[in-house]
Amino acid sequence: MDLAFAVFLQVATGVATLLIISLGLAVIFGMMRVINLAHGEFLMLGAYSAIISVRAGLNIWLAMLVVAPIVVGAIGAAVERVLIRGLYGRVLDTMLATWGLSLALIGIVTMIFGDSVSGFSAPLGSIAIGGYRSSSYGLFLIGAAIVLLCGTWAVLRLTPAGLIARGTMQNAEMAAALGVSPGRVYAATFTAGAAISGLAGALIAPFSGVVPTMGTLYIARAFITVLTGGAAMLAGTLSASALLGSVSTLGTYFTTPVLGEVIMLVVAVLLLRLLPQGITGRFFRRAL
Amino acid sequence: MTVRRRTALTGLGATLAAPFIMRHAALGADPIVVVGIHDASGGLDIYGKPMIACLDFAVDECNEAGGLLGRPIKLINYDPQSNIQLYTQFATEAATRDRAAVVHGGITSASREAIRPILDRYRTLYFYNTQYEGGVCDRNCFCTGSTPAQNVNKVVPYVLKNWGKKIYVLAADYNYGQITSKWVVKYARDGGGDVVAVDFFPLNVTDFGPAIQKIQAAKPDVIMSALVGGAHISFYRQWAAAGMKNRIPMASTTFGVGDESLVLSPEEGNGIVAAFSYFQEVDTPANKAFLEKFHAKMGPNAPYLGGELAMRTYVGFNLWAEGVRKAKTIERMQVIEALESGITNDGPPGKTVIDGQTNHCSLNVYLAVCQDHGFKVLQSFADQPPSDTQSVCNLIKYPNTNKQFVIDVKL
Repeated sequence: MDLAFAVFLQVATGVATLLIISLGLAVIFGMMRVINLAHGEFLMLGAYSAIISVRAGLNIWLAMLVVAPIVVGAIGAAVERVLIRGLYGRVLDTMLATWGLSLALIGIVTMIFGDSVSGFSAPLGSIAIGGYRSSSYGLFLIGAAIVLLCGTWAVLRLTPAGLIARGTMQNAEMAAALGVSPGRVYAATFTAGAAISGLAGALIAPFSGVVPTMGTLYIARAFITVLTGGAAMLAGTLSASALLGSVSTLGTYFTTPVLGEVIMLVVAVLLLRLLPQGITGRFFRRAL
Repeated sequence: MTVRRRTALTGLGATLAAPFIMRHAALGADPIVVVGIHDASGGLDIYGKPMIACLDFAVDECNEAGGLLGRPIKLINYDPQSNIQLYTQFATEAATRDRAAVVHGGITSASREAIRPILDRYRTLYFYNTQYEGGVCDRNCFCTGSTPAQNVNKVVPYVLKNWGKKIYVLAADYNYGQITSKWVVKYARDGGGDVVAVDFFPLNVTDFGPAIQKIQAAKPDVIMSALVGGAHISFYRQWAAAGMKNRIPMASTTFGVGDESLVLSPEEGNGIVAAFSYFQEVDTPANKAFLEKFHAKMGPNAPYLGGELAMRTYVGFNLWAEGVRKAKTIERMQVIEALESGITNDGPPGKTVIDGQTNHCSLNVYLAVCQDHGFKVLQSFADQPPSDTQSVCNLIKYPNTNKQFVIDVKL
């Protein structure tokens, strides 16, 4: 029984991790149809901002929860202004541009910090579940995923800014006719997506270790999650994370880390074969 | 005089070729080229950087003492960036373009097996200065680090005696981890214990959450880690974060060969036991003298030497140099024969003797426990022979052997 609960907690942590790393991508892709291949590097920059702040003596929570999203959000704003703005609606061109950006960011960070692994320890210590012990940081990650998801939902659903953003995404010309500047809405959305990615990078840093190439470990999983999720941004990411995160964690638990990853990918491929529009193409169609 | 195209081209060709021709004419005064191939970047840089520092130091020391055979040593360091493809490329360059007298290098067993055949083919002497899983039997390749009979065979009896009989093994998923875990199984069974499970992890795995739950379900008395590289350091972090650190003790066949003990906090690293043929903390006059000189030379940039890899690189270079002095030439076969005659190095880790039967080394082994970013030596064992490789490899009887013997143990 204890074991079942401990494993359940592990699964929940896996799901939360997947949700956290995919949400920033889902916002940018789901709202703006921009395929951001530099998403993994936004995670990496978030992790680096956190680790540098921690080393500079900043409180670890401040570094992860405040510094990382602000820094990466600012970088995202600059990237949108310089690179993305001219390419809206040109899917292939944005892919190429963001891919180039991804390589450039890896190169720049490698030049500055070197291609070596650093990291900081997870705060919070551990908890006991019957005879089993688990890291409390896992619980914190689960909480963080819930807060992030609810926060994004609330902003989009309950605030005037969210209404304007959703309206612009649905019909930019109509929004413009009503006095909204689509350019500014796009910029703000991209910045928000980047900030969420930065936060995600900082949150996973204590578990994963920080390297310039860490983004490449996560980008494939993030993309698969967002694609499997389908059109509805939040419901899709949530349902896909829940499914793929559980499959991957349980697969790893019962077999090996390699097979766990393979099983997850097989499930994703099967799912996309059966539901080409993603999970939310069939279920929860009216969800956000 | 008219300049024709043909004469012009001949003249130009001769001018371009002159330095090469002249270099060969004046070979006697030329430096002896030594190539080092160690990862200075990428996931394995935690091992590679100290090894490079020690090789640099050894070459400088040799040059300050007048070089070898009256010729200076020219060291070329290549950085394969933790990428096996670059290993093969640099090994080929070392053999063909640089015409190296010897190549020191390779960290993981995967990289060794990538470059060993290349250096065999080009008849270039090869030194592999890393503790590894044992069994390589090749006259062209000298393995100067410790092997399972020397290190695992010290750690396993220690944990069986002090901690308990049920061992859970976590190992890196490539030839080193797979073969080493077999040795752990063998020595555990020899000592009356058993291995309850062996889990393998690819080098880029960073999430050990499921593994930690699995270990708790298996309830072992001891964790044995053969994890490798920067990504796997997360295991020690997550293990401590899960509060398991003080519940199940841990020993390792790899912890401390790089800077693991420095990177982790004392709460995460303290208490992990390992055995290698050297620790920076080994308390001998020779080691003290070496460290003083090393630190005087490197200043604040001197890396922590940790376990044996860096020191074995230093010893490996000196063993080779001794072989060259004895052979009075850098000609490959004569140097090999000189080395196989039982060349000895009395260095910082104690006495190292090349065993002519296997081209491995008899050496001193130290058992130590991680303590506050360093190690405390608990026991030492003098003159340990490479008995694992000796039991399968005999280069005196079969000099043309060229393979790696692998122990056959059912997991």
